[in-house]
Amino acid sequence: MNRSNLYIFTYASVMVIIVAAVLSLAATGLKPFQDKNEEIAKKLDILRSVEKGLDAADADSKNDYVEAEYDKYITESFVVKSNGDLVDGMDAFTIDLKKENAKDVDERTLPVYVCSQENGDKNFIFPVLGGGLWGPIWGYVALDADFISIAGAVFDHKAETPGLGAEINTPPFQDQFKGKKIFDDSGAFTSIMVNKAGIPETIHSVDAISGGTITSKGLEQMLFDCLSVYQTFINAQK
Amino acid sequence: MSLFSSKNMKLLSNPLNDSNPITVQVLGICSALAVTAKVKPAFVMAISVMAVMTLSNVIISLLRKTIPNRIRIIVQLVVIAALVILVDEILRAFVYDVSKQLSVFVGLIITNCIIMGRLEAFAMANKPWDSFLDGVGNSFGYAWILIVVAFFRELLGSGTLWGYPVMEKIGLYNIGYENNGLMILSPAALIVVGIIIWIQRSYNKDLIESK
Repeated sequence: MNRSNLYIFTYASVMVIIVAAVLSLAATGLKPFQDKNEEIAKKLDILRSVEKGLDAADADSKNDYVEAEYDKYITESFVVKSNGDLVDGMDAFTIDLKKENAKDVDERTLPVYVCSQENGDKNFIFPVLGGGLWGPIWGYVALDADFISIAGAVFDHKAETPGLGAEINTPPFQDQFKGKKIFDDSGAFTSIMVNKAGIPETIHSVDAISGGTITSKGLEQMLFDCLSVYQTFINAQK
Repeated sequence: MSLFSSKNMKLLSNPLNDSNPITVQVLGICSALAVTAKVKPAFVMAISVMAVMTLSNVIISLLRKTIPNRIRIIVQLVVIAALVILVDEILRAFVYDVSKQLSVFVGLIITNCIIMGRLEAFAMANKPWDSFLDGVGNSFGYAWILIVVAFFRELLGSGTLWGYPVMEKIGLYNIGYENNGLMILSPAALIVVGIIIWIQRSYNKDLIESK
């Protein structure tokens, strides 16, 4: 049936307003649940960088399990400046790395998490955030008690290509980082190179993902950018 | 006319076999390839499509006399898109891990041809109850294929079912069995769908085109 133009315009406008109202109601109503999920995912990432919380998938209540593990192992967290000074009164967990990365290095407030192992060793965990091919990539790098070698690293991504760049969140890629050193023998910061196959692997490099060059290079850049700002802080701990 | 007359039951049962959206009409193949590597995401995807398809069918059917003909496709799209966003928000709130696995494919329900097809072909011209049954029928037709494909892909590709390590428990690995990596890749979904179509046509002669 044909209707007047006025009818069509009115119909379209009313429909859009109703749909917008319904969707914004739903988005606001569900936000607390979604935020909780993201918080749990972040805590689990931090735990996984020190190889804790590995049974999360099998736990009866994932949230409770992750919260309990987090409270048990991540005993401290604090915020530092790039010159190594502690910042009082800030919660490391709520710091938005994206905003910090946009600031000058001197002004950034940098979160640090501390994991206390059962044997008394402490691992310092540093968050990293950078860009992949399609969107942001991020992760957590845990250092051994010697503050030179990596105890573990986890990475995740928003939208990297499945099977290629997306492989950065799989154990085969992440396990390469264990035992690698971010400082050389003279104590200079080297970060970790992500090299193509063919370049011999060193104690400061890992193999890139075939077909995921841009993601791999983005990850290398991310490690350099986000770990170098902790140099002074880390050196003070040694 | 009763609610479950034989004509109405046909609306439910036809899409399961004679006019199955995937194996006969070959619609919605994209998502059938993408989410069937594991049973759990396939199941959630099936439920999501079911919710979107049934609700949009009913809504469009209720509105069918008011929808201006010239913008009917836009109206259908808005209804589908709104429902899909709702589903996506709900998944992110309550089954976060699965929603991460499904990632863009929930959003792509919007472009699932089965849904647009049913709205345009059925809901625009039929009463709400009929449209409801048509929506349920077609989404079941979509769902059972998805689950069957996912069942074989997960079992043969990862050796698990719903995350439970079946192959390990019955001890196949000890006698030299290995998972078939091909089953995890998308081409395997096409092969499995092809086999289902083959089996279906071999016993359902109505589907074979006359030469």
